[in-house]
Amino acid sequence: MLERKTGFRSKSIVDGAQRFNQISMPADILFNILFLIIALVCIIPLVFVVIISLSSNDSIRTIGYSFTPNEWSLSAYSYLWRMRAYIGRALFVSVGITVIGTILGLLLNSTMAYVLPRKSFRLRRFFTLMIFIPMLFHGGLVSTYLINTKLLHLGNTYLALILPLCVSSFYIIVLRTYLQTTIPDSVIESARIDGASQLRIFFHIVLPVSLPGLATIGLFLAFAYWNDWFTTMLYIQSDHANMFPLQYVLVDIEQNIQNMIRNAQYMMPGQSLDNIPAESVRMAIVVFVVLPIAMAYPFFQKYFITGLTIGSVKG
Amino acid sequence: MELTLLALPTSIWYLLFSYLPMFGILVAFKRFKPLPRTNYIVSLLRSEFVGIDNFKFLFATPDAWIMFRNTLLYNIVFILLGILIPVTLAILISQLRSRILAKIYQTSIFLPYFLSWVVVGYFVFSFLSVDKGLINSILKLNGRDPVQWYMERKYWPYLIVFLNVWKGMGYGMVVYLASITGIDAALYEAAIIDGASKRQQVRYITLPMLKPIITILFILSVGRIFSTDFGLFYQVPRNSGPLVDVTQTIDVYVYKALMGMNNIGFSSAAAFLQSIFGLVTILTANFIVKKIDPERGLF
Repeated sequence: MLERKTGFRSKSIVDGAQRFNQISMPADILFNILFLIIALVCIIPLVFVVIISLSSNDSIRTIGYSFTPNEWSLSAYSYLWRMRAYIGRALFVSVGITVIGTILGLLLNSTMAYVLPRKSFRLRRFFTLMIFIPMLFHGGLVSTYLINTKLLHLGNTYLALILPLCVSSFYIIVLRTYLQTTIPDSVIESARIDGASQLRIFFHIVLPVSLPGLATIGLFLAFAYWNDWFTTMLYIQSDHANMFPLQYVLVDIEQNIQNMIRNAQYMMPGQSLDNIPAESVRMAIVVFVVLPIAMAYPFFQKYFITGLTIGSVKG
Repeated sequence: MELTLLALPTSIWYLLFSYLPMFGILVAFKRFKPLPRTNYIVSLLRSEFVGIDNFKFLFATPDAWIMFRNTLLYNIVFILLGILIPVTLAILISQLRSRILAKIYQTSIFLPYFLSWVVVGYFVFSFLSVDKGLINSILKLNGRDPVQWYMERKYWPYLIVFLNVWKGMGYGMVVYLASITGIDAALYEAAIIDGASKRQQVRYITLPMLKPIITILFILSVGRIFSTDFGLFYQVPRNSGPLVDVTQTIDVYVYKALMGMNNIGFSSAAAFLQSIFGLVTILTANFIVKKIDPERGLF
């Protein structure tokens, strides 16, 4: 951007101007301190939860949650490992929903995003209106819930966790803008003239070229599915606990820890309730839920930023 | 033709998950009774039409006023801070001399955006738990009485506003920062030659250049002024009874009336008002913005 706009000047002059325009040293230090504090406020709670999950039961009982526990312990994690049938199942559900939902969502959103700007398409205005209206008006929770459970019978099915989240007008508009800017109409027109079908153009030309755009929306979808607990709360009843994803295990945890304790007594008779590190186990599950996100997002944030910028510019 | 085929699956999705609920909103004017041996739509249409009775009964309860007050007040504060803080942070971070440090700060501040409210609820609990929380431990260490955080409603409005800012500022900052880096550097160079101070550059270049994006995000957030994050108001305060006065928003009420009390009449009336008011506010906001500056409208 900078180079293009000021292309007739040498780079060093531009750099010099920028250096000249820098803020003063004291201001820079002040801003750095400010941002350091804000950054710490944003990441310390996560560090704290990790520490709690590594604290021993005795330490939590005597000094409460602390950044400096009296005694470190992996008992929460070894406990989760022993409960792997239960936790593993929830993890499997979370991963399954995230993967299937993301793939399905990408297909549904990108096909519509491809179709919308095609000038040869007679129903174009109709479809544009169709995705635009839901941005202004929605049926609300009660109506949606009643339709999904009473008409579509999605209650206590995995479909209920996947379908309601997979399409959004925001995703479609971001993708549409992306496709329009990366693939010129002339490319598609010439493929048409060469006799390629629209399906073929979409799968063989459009999708491969628009991978960065798809990555952006795929990430939005993946994070939305991984973080979702509300749809589980609505559509999966507590007697179907084996369908819970990890996030909802956390919501329902008081109940779940009781279940785990009951299971533990059944599987390992003689173990007293005191030995179960309930406090740190909870935090260990939180760590389980957050860790994949915390490790992945720094590498993916540039795709997010692309999506957010396109989305907010085009509304 | 082929294009229609490509658009068909998504269209079916919109019909089922977006448009059917829009027409289903009719339920707010009915005394809904499921009829045997027929589907939901038929039951809904055949249920007794009761006009605005559901609304009348809803507003006879004190809940109605509390939830509308809470939803609006919180959202007004959220909208103002949601512009002020991220814009300030974006301008400041764009000025940092070290690009690497700026990137590290930005990444850290972005983290909360990627977490669910359930997880944030556990973060909050680790600080505010009555017997084990860090804050109470520190209070006790200093000889002060521990606080029953989940019972005392006076702290929660501040806490909720703080959490909302905390979770959202990374997102806002990134969006505004992207706009700031897109501003033509020649503008600043010209300003320097004219002897403009840093403050004047921000005032006369950066802020005016950010105006379009601020306007768009403003209209969008005004359009959501009747909606709140269910997780923030229900999950984070652990659905604590004594806090209801300051945590009950329309979304929380609708959920509780529907799932807890199984009161379709009340919950559908509240949800109906939320949808309709949301539509009216976004149209109004867009209309006003367009009146002031015809270029700036969202649609």
